[in-house]
Amino acid sequence: MSPAFADRLRAYAPMLAAAALLALTPLAISANTVLNAMVLALLIALAGQGWNILAGYGGQFSFGHAAFFGTGAYGTAILQARFGWNAYAAFVGAIGAGAAVGGLIGFLSFRAGLRGSYFALVTLAFAEVLRIVANAAWFTGGAAGALLKLDVRPENFQFSSRATFFWIALGLVTFAMLATRALERRRFGAYLVAIRENEDAAKALGVDTLKVKLQAIALSAAITAAAGAFYTQYFLFVDADIAYGNWISVEALLAPIVGGLGTVFGPLLGALALHGLAEGAKALTGRIPGLDVALYGSLLVLAIAFAPNGLRGLLGRLGRGLSFGRAS
Amino acid sequence: MFAPEIVIAAIINGLLTGAVYALVSVALTLVYGVLHIINFAQGAMLTAAMFAAFFAQQAGVDPLIAVFGLAPLFFVLGYAMQRYLIGPASHGKDSNILLVTLGLAIVIENGLLVAFGSDTRTIDVPYGFSSVDLGYVFLPMPRVIAFGVTCVVAAMLWALLNRTDTGKAIRAVAREKLGAALVGIDVNHVYAVTFGIGAACLAVAACVLLPSYYVQPRAGDAYILVAFTVVVLGGMGSVPGAMIGGLLIGIVESLSGLYFGESLGQLGIFLLFILVLLVRPTGLFGARA
Amino acid sequence: MTAPLLRVENVSKRFGGLLAVDSASFSVESGSIAGLIGPNGAGKTTLFALISGFEKPTSGRILFRGVDIGALAPHKRAALGIARTFQIAQPFAGLSVRENIAVGAHLRHAGRDEALAKAAAVSRLVGLADRLDMSASSLTVAGRKRLELARALATEPTLLLLDEVLAGLNPSEVRDVIPVIQQIRSAGVTVLMVEHVMQAVMSLCEHVFVLAQGRIIAEGSPATVTKDPGVIEAYLGHGAAARLAARERAHG
Repeated sequence: MSPAFADRLRAYAPMLAAAALLALTPLAISANTVLNAMVLALLIALAGQGWNILAGYGGQFSFGHAAFFGTGAYGTAILQARFGWNAYAAFVGAIGAGAAVGGLIGFLSFRAGLRGSYFALVTLAFAEVLRIVANAAWFTGGAAGALLKLDVRPENFQFSSRATFFWIALGLVTFAMLATRALERRRFGAYLVAIRENEDAAKALGVDTLKVKLQAIALSAAITAAAGAFYTQYFLFVDADIAYGNWISVEALLAPIVGGLGTVFGPLLGALALHGLAEGAKALTGRIPGLDVALYGSLLVLAIAFAPNGLRGLLGRLGRGLSFGRAS
Repeated sequence: MFAPEIVIAAIINGLLTGAVYALVSVALTLVYGVLHIINFAQGAMLTAAMFAAFFAQQAGVDPLIAVFGLAPLFFVLGYAMQRYLIGPASHGKDSNILLVTLGLAIVIENGLLVAFGSDTRTIDVPYGFSSVDLGYVFLPMPRVIAFGVTCVVAAMLWALLNRTDTGKAIRAVAREKLGAALVGIDVNHVYAVTFGIGAACLAVAACVLLPSYYVQPRAGDAYILVAFTVVVLGGMGSVPGAMIGGLLIGIVESLSGLYFGESLGQLGIFLLFILVLLVRPTGLFGARA
Repeated sequence: MTAPLLRVENVSKRFGGLLAVDSASFSVESGSIAGLIGPNGAGKTTLFALISGFEKPTSGRILFRGVDIGALAPHKRAALGIARTFQIAQPFAGLSVRENIAVGAHLRHAGRDEALAKAAAVSRLVGLADRLDMSASSLTVAGRKRLELARALATEPTLLLLDEVLAGLNPSEVRDVIPVIQQIRSAGVTVLMVEHVMQAVMSLCEHVFVLAQGRIIAEGSPATVTKDPGVIEAYLGHGAAARLAARERAHG
């Protein structure tokens, strides 16, 4: 084994190991409700992976990642239902659409020099504009939403077994984690983090900050769009509030923050923790609408107050692991 | 395209709506101007105030009277929230404050959902159906009252900021925090007072809004994005800017609804918002980005 | 005579009502160490911002290797070979010293391993080799200044702009940094430094420009410039030159 290969193995092994471990879940648990919850958690982890790249590594906090999720969700629905595309091709097309929307929003916002709260606000506004338009437009099905025809065949990216969906979602999340780790080991990642820490200093060192930020938001949008497209495949229905609603913008940022901003495992840890908590709360208190989300909000506040490095930071302090992003 | 009377009626209606937007936006811009944070919990706080006004009304107290109790109550709540929650939790970092207020927004909104359910409720007030007749348009009384109250509050705020010592302290901290601290001003106290004033403004807005609107855990959401637009348009931190911006946005929304149809009415606001952010983030009256 | 590496031609910069730089003209020869001195508020940091691209001149030209770079963004100027340090150190606080310097190294080395190796090499040059894995935020003021220097050096510049890199250092720390700057010049880098620490200016700079109220009021060797009455007045006030001369005659 050459030293370069061994080095690469060391870098990517943790993600693959975690994936392998999680992959065993459907073999151990067959209850549909649990599997369903896990698929949803993985979906959020994926959306959060996207957000994490732009915010955790790049320092640009978006409050409107729903814009990308929804474009992915509607994208795959429209490409299949109206244009007759193959489900897998539509999936890829939806991701491309998401990346394009990301690039557009990024171009407008970054070129105008928007940072911090202003950037957060403009992303919120873009997501809201898309929601209003999707709710009214004819090609999205308007307020009634978009349906995918139920035709359970593997060629249609529809499976009878929830376990299959679980493994696909896990595969997507793993891919995103590997991509994030790869990013950490390359110049692009170093530049992105430099921009997060001090944009002017980065410029003085030759970093084309606009280009790097655009690439980051396009990548971020693509990953979150994949989550949206998967959502549509799984639930076969999407409407404006699901696709572009505030809920996904919030979940996509909560998971990485709770799990560890700017780390590879953060979004996954956070999503599993949050959704595990939500399921636990539901089991204890029954289905009280809003309780789980209220818990999420409290967790967000507590996380910021007491564990700014999230779960990943806490775990890191226990075992000195490789941590690329935020030192205190 | 439309007859002039219809357009003028839309404009006047827009002014009335805009007054409430202005009141909500003043709270946001004041907090930004002094604490330099965007209070994402704004909408949730408004909703909470509306629930409070609703229950006051159910207990027999008209919102216009309840306001005299609710405004001070919310001042205290806002003060406490900033002093003992937001301030300490964020460790002073801007990105943290963004997230803490977002978290609070989620907690408050969903707390209301858990406590009161998602049903939409409305109230009836004795003057709810009377109106001011201008010949070509009837102006609903509750909204005319809202406009009047906003003007009164605006005047009171102006007096507070420019004629009292507290106001002077607030303006000092807004301009130069370190210098203010050096001359003995308790910055944390001023921060909390400002936040409290903002919360009180929201309480007033809730009371005048309730008769013509509804209350539901997500009711404040519609206002938060509009308030952001107003504040950015009028200039972050500028109270007169928020006032004028609010009225302007009300008119834009009204005319948008007229020309684009109801479902896209709000679209005009957000497109304007994005445009302002991209072209002139300091707004019409603002001083700094 | 070879063309100067940097030529600032009649550059002015106006901020609203304030004329921060007023028709400044000077040249820096390749391979030299030049100093830019002047009382506080003279416009020195503004000039640096103009040369490095963080501000655009209101009028005038800035020529690097004979080419007008006035329209270029900061990162493009860095790629051309102009590096700068910041007066108030701007470390990448969340990163280690090694990772900080590597960001600079990446300008010329795309691969992560090469950039990290280059970072280690540069750290040895400035004396930070023993602190490579420390977090940048835990460095002392002197350490941060060295980090500023190291990051800029890692971009392999032709022209290095040092903005008060010695400010805040005690005399022994200053004595340690002076040979480092000399070594940098020996390696072929041209240095233009803004400095208040006269000890460094006198021992390092071959040529000095004096800026006061946005205008170049004198230039020459350090010895010449410090005796110039206009310069003395700029620092010590109106009539100071005459008073000092009178006192010398009285003691003479």
